[in-house]
Amino acid sequence: MLTAHWLYGISACLIMIFGLRAALLHDSLLLRIIALNIMGTGVFMMLITIAYRGPDAAPDPIPHALVLTGIVVAVSATALALTLLRRLTEEQDND
Amino acid sequence: MNTTNMLFIDILLVTSLLSLAWATLTATDARRSVILFIAFGLVLTLAWARLLAPDVALAEAAIGAGLSGALLLAAVQHRPHRAVSAERLNSGMLDNEKQNNSNRPDLKSSVAIRWSITLFCIVLAFILIWALLLALSSETSETLAQSVSANLANSGVSNPVTAVLLNFRAYDTLLELAVLLTAVLGIFALSEERTGYLPAGPVFNGLVSWLVPALILMAGYLLWVGAHAPGGAFQAGATLAAAGVVLRLAGKRIIGLPQGSALLMNMILLSGVGLFLLVGLTMLVLGRPFLGYPPAMAGYLILLIETAAMISIAATLILAFLGGRPQNRQDESC
Amino acid sequence: MINIIASLLMLGGLIFFLCGSIGLLRLPDLYSRLHALTKADNLGLGLLLTGLALYQQDLLFALKLVLIWLAVLAASSASAYLIAQHARRQETGQ
Repeated sequence: MLTAHWLYGISACLIMIFGLRAALLHDSLLLRIIALNIMGTGVFMMLITIAYRGPDAAPDPIPHALVLTGIVVAVSATALALTLLRRLTEEQDND
Repeated sequence: MNTTNMLFIDILLVTSLLSLAWATLTATDARRSVILFIAFGLVLTLAWARLLAPDVALAEAAIGAGLSGALLLAAVQHRPHRAVSAERLNSGMLDNEKQNNSNRPDLKSSVAIRWSITLFCIVLAFILIWALLLALSSETSETLAQSVSANLANSGVSNPVTAVLLNFRAYDTLLELAVLLTAVLGIFALSEERTGYLPAGPVFNGLVSWLVPALILMAGYLLWVGAHAPGGAFQAGATLAAAGVVLRLAGKRIIGLPQGSALLMNMILLSGVGLFLLVGLTMLVLGRPFLGYPPAMAGYLILLIETAAMISIAATLILAFLGGRPQNRQDESC
Repeated sequence: MINIIASLLMLGGLIFFLCGSIGLLRLPDLYSRLHALTKADNLGLGLLLTGLALYQQDLLFALKLVLIWLAVLAASSASAYLIAQHARRQETGQ
């Protein structure tokens, strides 16, 4: 197992746990959305680390495709969540 | 590439990523958090490039740092300056300001709940790290990656990631485009577009006059080059969306979406999923499996599907930035 | 020999980046920070890319780097102007 696997694997898990804790505990909804994005980034890093085969071998392309799909889905989910947030604050201001 | 030099770069990257993630999540101000998140996305692009994932690095730079950052900045600009103090996050004490949001439960403020969640997260971190390192150190089975490289010659493209996305796992990409469509339908249902921006001054107009054509050209190049080098429909669609966002920020009325014609807009949004389904069903009619391209035509079919996907991804992301249904204002000047 | 010149140029570029970051942390005002950051970072980028182009010794690569530098130059100066204009409007508006 390469050094890169150690380093990036542990940091991927840590990033995901940072995001998870902030998503569960934060007060502000916007910061929770950012925390969910960071959690997703941790998961992507886990996948890319699994796909890494060393500086000389070609990496495994299937986790790359999964992460590419994941990035696009994450941004569309973030856009929907932000629109929901905007509508929610408008409704709360009108009450 | 010396291994100790690479180790130095790795340690720098990992430290930057962890500290940026921590700083983003414990920032006192929402704006600061968003800017740090954009910086986090950019350092992440470097990490993807170092881990030999150039397709993902391109997508992260365009979508993760660029468009996500633009969406979050647009969402945060209208909020009142309500700074969330770091002490509230850590101590969990009830604040007088929180009495305003009376419909929110007081559950989250309890110290016991906070500490138990933090403990749960720490335990989960150890379990995850143990599981991931166990998976990484075991013998890799290699079957799927070997199948990809064995069948790459029949897939019609020579970039393995594009082959996986648009040929071997084309069904997943079809469903992903459907997810994008669902998100834009949700955004349409929720609200109308945000208010526009002031018309740009000479400096911004000068930037726009060369940046937007360059972005459009780059999008076309990324679409074409995705067949044999890192690139593809998603990166190209995100670049086009970035061009639309820049036009919107410059206060232009025409931002690349069809003006005044709801039918054309709906056609553009549906073209990604629609063309994909059309190609898949045509394959069924011809007696092949669903989305099973004949090897001779595979390259052309992939390019066709990618073009439609690029256009609908760009339209979806621009509409996501607009924040709702576009208003067809006929009376404003360009 | 070329590698030594390239390394010196890259080191110079890094020093300019460092100066820009120190300016960001130490200068008192938004406008002075913008000034320091934009000027120092663009010059540092130019030196860094020149060093890289010399190191790689490929004409096409060097042309791509020059294009990158020009694009970053135009985009960062335009955005620095926009930030300063927005700050000015907020000051005089209130």
